[in-house]
Amino acid sequence: MHELSLVASMFETLLDQARVHKAKRITGVKIQVGALAGVVPELLESAFDAYKKGTIAEDAVLTTVKPPFTVRCRSCGNESVRDDFVPTCPACGAADPEIVHGLELILEKIEMETDDPPSPA
Amino acid sequence: MTKKDVFVLQDILLGNAQAAAAIRRELETRGILAINLLSSPGAGKTTLLEALADRFKGLARIAVIEGDIETERDAERVRAKGVPAWQITTGGACHLEAKMIGKVLPEVPTDIDFLFIENVGNLVCPAGYDLGERLRVVLLSTPEGDDKPKKYPKAFTTADVLLLSKADLRPYLPFDIEKAKAEALALNPKLRVFVVSAVSGEGMDEFVAFLLNARREIASRA
Repeated sequence: MHELSLVASMFETLLDQARVHKAKRITGVKIQVGALAGVVPELLESAFDAYKKGTIAEDAVLTTVKPPFTVRCRSCGNESVRDDFVPTCPACGAADPEIVHGLELILEKIEMETDDPPSPA
Repeated sequence: MTKKDVFVLQDILLGNAQAAAAIRRELETRGILAINLLSSPGAGKTTLLEALADRFKGLARIAVIEGDIETERDAERVRAKGVPAWQITTGGACHLEAKMIGKVLPEVPTDIDFLFIENVGNLVCPAGYDLGERLRVVLLSTPEGDDKPKKYPKAFTTADVLLLSKADLRPYLPFDIEKAKAEALALNPKLRVFVVSAVSGEGMDEFVAFLLNARREIASRA
């Protein structure tokens, strides 16, 4: 149960980016929480909703995408999704995996409103 | 008012990752092997450290950072063995973070060979935080049951070493060493597994030899 500490860490970046871009409001935040990140998205959302009160992200909506646990075999190059987290290669049976997805905890995108004139399309 | 999407694509724990990288650099420059010990409460982390303190006497210099929610108890047990120890009490947090280690580090002697960090007893949250260690060691004790690796996969997936601890209790428990080992190795084929008992001494020579060897590798690069 360390979701609140993750949210606190995420807010450091949110507030930094809001300053850099002179945001008036943060309206949305998109994150990636890997299937083996050890974080429960629902708990993260509750922590986010508690933390955002009184900040520039007061009305922000948190969206979570959950990359599945994906390994690439260093022996044959096969890439596979493993819901059981067992990384042995289903194609060649080698036990030499590289974890390519599933452990990530990434702040992907911040949606904000600024006073800047719209940039030319 | 203009809407703007800012693509950050940054690790949410970037601050921790940076602090951990700085700690790893500093320790390895000094030739110190840092070990992060992870397990459920009561798996025998502190008892293992007491046994290691005895075995390393005259062989290597060690220091210990203890993480607990409350009390100095673990640090006191380790100090009683003549080993310098620092207690971090998290006051409720379920894991240690690299910045907590960074705060203690200036007090830790620079001429040690091993720095053991005993994490808060918890098989879930500590697995998400790099503390700047070179080796992550997870303990699974025989009373806990041999079915734990797949129930708490991240701790085993991210560890370098698995200690099946309290091996001396095997005669009294239905714990199947081979099953636990196979399950952990299925999750992490690179895991080094040792069957140990800090009480009877089983497996401790092998584990100590492994640690000394890992430390020599660090020292030769320092």
